[in-house]
Amino acid sequence: MAGITELKNSAESALTSIMSNMKFLFKVLRKNKVSLAGFIIILVFAVMAIIGPEVIPYDRTINIKNRFLPPSWEHPLGTDYAGRDTLAQIVHGSRDVLLVAFLTAVFTTIVSFIIGISSGFIGGKFDVAMMTVADIFLVIPSFPLLIIIVTSLQKVLSAVEIALILSIVGWPALARAIRSQVLSIREKEFIESAVCLGLSKKHILFGEILPNLLPYIFMNLILSTVGAIYSQVGLYYIGALPFTATNWGVMIQTAISEGALVNPRAIWYLLSPLICIILIQAGFILFMHSLEEIFNPRLRTEA
Amino acid sequence: MRWFIRRAITAAITIFASLTIIFFLVRVMPGNPIDMMVAQLIMQGLDPEEAYRRVMAMVPFVPTDPLWKQYIDYIIGFLKGDLGRSIHYGAPVTTILTYGIPWTVFLVSISLIISFSLGVIIGMYIAYKRGGILDRFLSIFSSVTRAIPPYVIGILVVLIFALQLKLFWDPVRRSPILGPYDPRIQPGFTLEFISSVLYYAILPVASYVITTFGAWALQMKSSTVSVLGEYYVMAAEARGLPERRIVISYVGRNAILPLFTSLAISIGHIFSGSVFIETIFSYPGIGRFISASISNRDYMVISGCFLLIVVAVVLSNLFADLLYGKLDPRIRFR
Repeated sequence: MAGITELKNSAESALTSIMSNMKFLFKVLRKNKVSLAGFIIILVFAVMAIIGPEVIPYDRTINIKNRFLPPSWEHPLGTDYAGRDTLAQIVHGSRDVLLVAFLTAVFTTIVSFIIGISSGFIGGKFDVAMMTVADIFLVIPSFPLLIIIVTSLQKVLSAVEIALILSIVGWPALARAIRSQVLSIREKEFIESAVCLGLSKKHILFGEILPNLLPYIFMNLILSTVGAIYSQVGLYYIGALPFTATNWGVMIQTAISEGALVNPRAIWYLLSPLICIILIQAGFILFMHSLEEIFNPRLRTEA
Repeated sequence: MRWFIRRAITAAITIFASLTIIFFLVRVMPGNPIDMMVAQLIMQGLDPEEAYRRVMAMVPFVPTDPLWKQYIDYIIGFLKGDLGRSIHYGAPVTTILTYGIPWTVFLVSISLIISFSLGVIIGMYIAYKRGGILDRFLSIFSSVTRAIPPYVIGILVVLIFALQLKLFWDPVRRSPILGPYDPRIQPGFTLEFISSVLYYAILPVASYVITTFGAWALQMKSSTVSVLGEYYVMAAEARGLPERRIVISYVGRNAILPLFTSLAISIGHIFSGSVFIETIFSYPGIGRFISASISNRDYMVISGCFLLIVVAVVLSNLFADLLYGKLDPRIRFR
């Protein structure tokens, strides 16, 4: 019974910490125009991914006559090499890209969170072993490793499977960072007083350490999303993942193989996914800048 | 010295772990490429013995042996420099690597030098002019460029400088200038050839530099800012030393130290980027061999290139540790 009330209390304190940060977030967004721009970009893409494919149908019929049309009312972003609408592909691709990115971020954060916290909390041999594994993964270049994993699997992967594979290379850096955060929080006075009060380990972990880690985890959630978009679109672009999904990486790859680097008429088809990637990555990064301000009180007073 | 031996052991473990991961993926995992290849050959009408013999010619182990023996053979093969043969090119993987290495090293080292020096200079400049427009712009610019994948930058560079501005455009073949050098020029130690190689390297190098110099500048800035607060800088100023000398020998020399460690780590990142950049620019380096081998399902080439990259990164990390100890006496006495 005691365990449940403790968990409830810690969940409550975590919730209040999120709520107070949310309030502050809107305050910062109102003041900081750059972060507001980032926030709006993310919102637009999120709406596009969630309801876009329902609103804009993707007609896959091939019509060579309409090959590489420039933007018009009928085709706001022009058409591809087979006369299909580019905007529809962008919208349908955004769901695929963002779903995998979101899942990857969640998986990476959960895994690194568990490993980081247990490593920092348990310490000793377990800590050394975990961090050695993390160090090895940190040194091995991640993108070539992803290529090897994905090509060896040689089957069509679902969004969840792709996300799981991407989180294999994502966890070590985050786990290490969370561990060092745990170690530094453990030395703080309020933990010491909690220990002196005789509070249980569970309470110290969930009630004291976790709420202090939340903002940090949230920021890394965004960083993992950015990293996941980077590698996932890259894997499609390089041809390591089979061209089954409607993905921006597939669009880039087909645009280039259909001669977009020599044919100026294909430029709309090639530029659309590129600009989307730049916009969404920049959106996340600009939004992150405002979060840094919220979570780093020293920056807060300066602003 | 004991500290260095410990680092060397970690380095060896890392290479060993990479070998194990590859062996697991290519040989042990259910539905692994080697089994699939044998199954495919048998389906094409070959008898199993012949199918195994064909695959055996490709891999540095005997696919019918027990798995542990194959694993040991694989590692011994690696230590002897045998990485198997390519299915597509028909040559040993090491031959392919020796062809690709010079091009990649050429591209990567030039880009790294330019990007590093540019970043250091800009970083020191904005550290002195903190809070200025350039400072604010660069802090956003560099975090955004770090998030934008190199393939996006590379393609944009081609679109802008080749397709639109026609600066790197081949009017005869009506295509952007891609590849390592002009194929009409005979390779050799001639001025014409060397200038062609340099000319063809401009766009790929520019793509690397655009994606990386911002990060160097930011790092140099924060490093310089922390050095500026040190007492020895204040003491140098109090002694009335010329500003130039303080900037270069007191602030610069100390601020640049931590960046050398990052230099080694960044080699890994740059190799990851080389897969994209070399693919876009049809540059015949290691990264291009990786991407070309994906569609050929040439596992021995992909894993060989991967191992080469791992060894390069591990060795450069080790070298950085050694160098850092030499450069910064404080580390040696720890």
